[in-house]
Amino acid sequence: MFKNLMSWIEYRMPFMEKMNLHVMQYPAPKNFNFWYFFGSLAMLVLVNQIVTGIWLTMNFEPSAERAFASVEYIMRDVDYGWLLRYMHSTGASAFFVVVYLHMLRGMMYGSYQKPRELLWIFGMLIFLVLMAEAFMGYLLPWGQMSFWGAQVIISIFGVIPGIGDDLTLWIRGDYVISGATLNRFFALHVIALPLVLVILVFLHIIALHEVGSNNPDGIDVKRPNDGSKIENNVSDKFTFHEYFTKGGKKIIVDAIPFHPYYTVKDIVGVVGFLLLFCGVIFFAPEGGGFFLEPPNFEPANPMKTPDHIAPVWYFTPFYAILRAVPDQLFGAIFMFLAIIFLALLPWLDRCPVRSVRYRSTLHKLNLVNFCISFVVLGVLGVLPATPTYTLLAQIFSFTYFAFFGLLWLYSKNEKTKPLPVRLS
Amino acid sequence: MLKQLFSVLALVASSAALAAGGHVVHLDKAPIDLHDKESLQRGAKMFQNYCLGCHQMEYQRYSRTFRDLGIPDDVGMQELAFTATKVGDFIKNSAPKADLARWFGAPPPDLTNVARVRGPDWIYTYLRSFYVDPSRPFGVNNEVFPLVGMPHVLQELQGVPSKKYETRLVDGESKEVYVGIVADESGELSPEEYDRAVADLVNYLEYTGEPSKLESRSLGIKVMIFLLIFFVLAFLLKKEYWKDVH
Repeated sequence: MFKNLMSWIEYRMPFMEKMNLHVMQYPAPKNFNFWYFFGSLAMLVLVNQIVTGIWLTMNFEPSAERAFASVEYIMRDVDYGWLLRYMHSTGASAFFVVVYLHMLRGMMYGSYQKPRELLWIFGMLIFLVLMAEAFMGYLLPWGQMSFWGAQVIISIFGVIPGIGDDLTLWIRGDYVISGATLNRFFALHVIALPLVLVILVFLHIIALHEVGSNNPDGIDVKRPNDGSKIENNVSDKFTFHEYFTKGGKKIIVDAIPFHPYYTVKDIVGVVGFLLLFCGVIFFAPEGGGFFLEPPNFEPANPMKTPDHIAPVWYFTPFYAILRAVPDQLFGAIFMFLAIIFLALLPWLDRCPVRSVRYRSTLHKLNLVNFCISFVVLGVLGVLPATPTYTLLAQIFSFTYFAFFGLLWLYSKNEKTKPLPVRLS
Repeated sequence: MLKQLFSVLALVASSAALAAGGHVVHLDKAPIDLHDKESLQRGAKMFQNYCLGCHQMEYQRYSRTFRDLGIPDDVGMQELAFTATKVGDFIKNSAPKADLARWFGAPPPDLTNVARVRGPDWIYTYLRSFYVDPSRPFGVNNEVFPLVGMPHVLQELQGVPSKKYETRLVDGESKEVYVGIVADESGELSPEEYDRAVADLVNYLEYTGEPSKLESRSLGIKVMIFLLIFFVLAFLLKKEYWKDVH
């Protein structure tokens, strides 16, 4: 019965063929470590955001008069509304946690290097859309931080010479942030951007499967087949899709089928992640005031500026760079460049060796420098801009950008270690 | 270089606390317990008697309060809901908002979420920090919230609180030292009883800020136990499959 149904479908649509290509007979390097959980986790969080978002939309009212009250209605009167809301609000922060770790993985193992440049670019586009999505979502509860955080971020566009004022007017749809802004952000948040996000994720995975996954050793698992026998090759045990072997022209070394090996492994990662995620949802949904900020439990009040406005934690590294530059326009430019440089990594890094395991000590230190700069900037972005903090933000903005400059300089003639022949 | 970076990091962490707010007041820890239903009920009664005249709970319904605090609807409607006609009503007053704003200089804020905005310790300390200050319109000022527009509505319970100074010997000189706020004997409650009453009220405000907290803890423990078992099984399943690879 089931077999008949499957062959009925297969005759009309290559369902099993595509499943084999992308899941059951897709060769994944056998040595994925902890860092390789974050791709599947990002997908999980995306699904979580979409599903909980749909249910929240059923009771949310996108108007300046009702938005705040309708969120409180969800929290108090809708069955398990509080759970849906906390899953969604915690999910937003979790999304950035896993995406930042996913990006760091790419940087550690050189996953952006040739031939994965386009894959990396799609990833960066996902990151940009995700930031827009999170920013617009944060306005919707219409609390004090929603309002004033949006005020700060939208005003960044106002520094662009000539068109700045008109541009902010166009974004807000009003002379101030108002119900008009809330309505358009709602439309963009619930349909436009998620649609773009899902399409980009699809393209990200198509591009990944075309060039194949990188791995912690940064060496290829698909090699030209010269007919010689490869000892102890675990891949000999499995059948891979002929698309990857190119009709025998390529041989697959030290790779295993994605399903069942990485599906069962990713389940372990998913449950481990859920333990942390649910720990926050059920026991600390405010995330120490970082996931849900205390002033946001007060309705938006255009007449009352909060003592201290800080964007949500995942924007703070870039916000710290913005504030570190005395000139507003140049601050905005540097903030933008902080992301552009990340996108340019495939071309800034000129070293033929991918993985940090086989690269120079200088590169390792530089990568540590990047992580420290990013985290410290994140901390500084939360704090008020006192002279000391501004100086620190300037220092760490410099070290942040120095990472890219140094990388470009030393990577051309870097002293690397010999690459292994086989995956460890 | 790493060492230097870490020392800078330590500097950031230590000065963060200082920069967080210019006006630093020590907050007392509110002795509250969301599982203490009697305390919550006393707090709800305090709110109805002393707060609802000016403040509201725009987002909390009587029915929800009654259900979570274990108060039968008819008893609650009789004992607590003076202005409401239906048990599903929000906890609101009928005070004219514009007049309130004129009388007190600012509209009294909604208190549904006040514990989430300020934190329970802040409210607990605030309500115990009023003191006599004839320069203020209502004759009182507040240590935690200087120049606050709110009168000391709990004065009949606490008595008249004033700042107390003691003459003490400091470095060989006798000086007037500020020792705290002390109420006179005119209040209905002793200082300990007053602290307890304020704690009950704060407990209730903590509850109304997040009624789901009562539910989320117990559900959360079940979810965590499920996930822990699932984690072990998932790990064993992975190990079994990966025998092929190793």
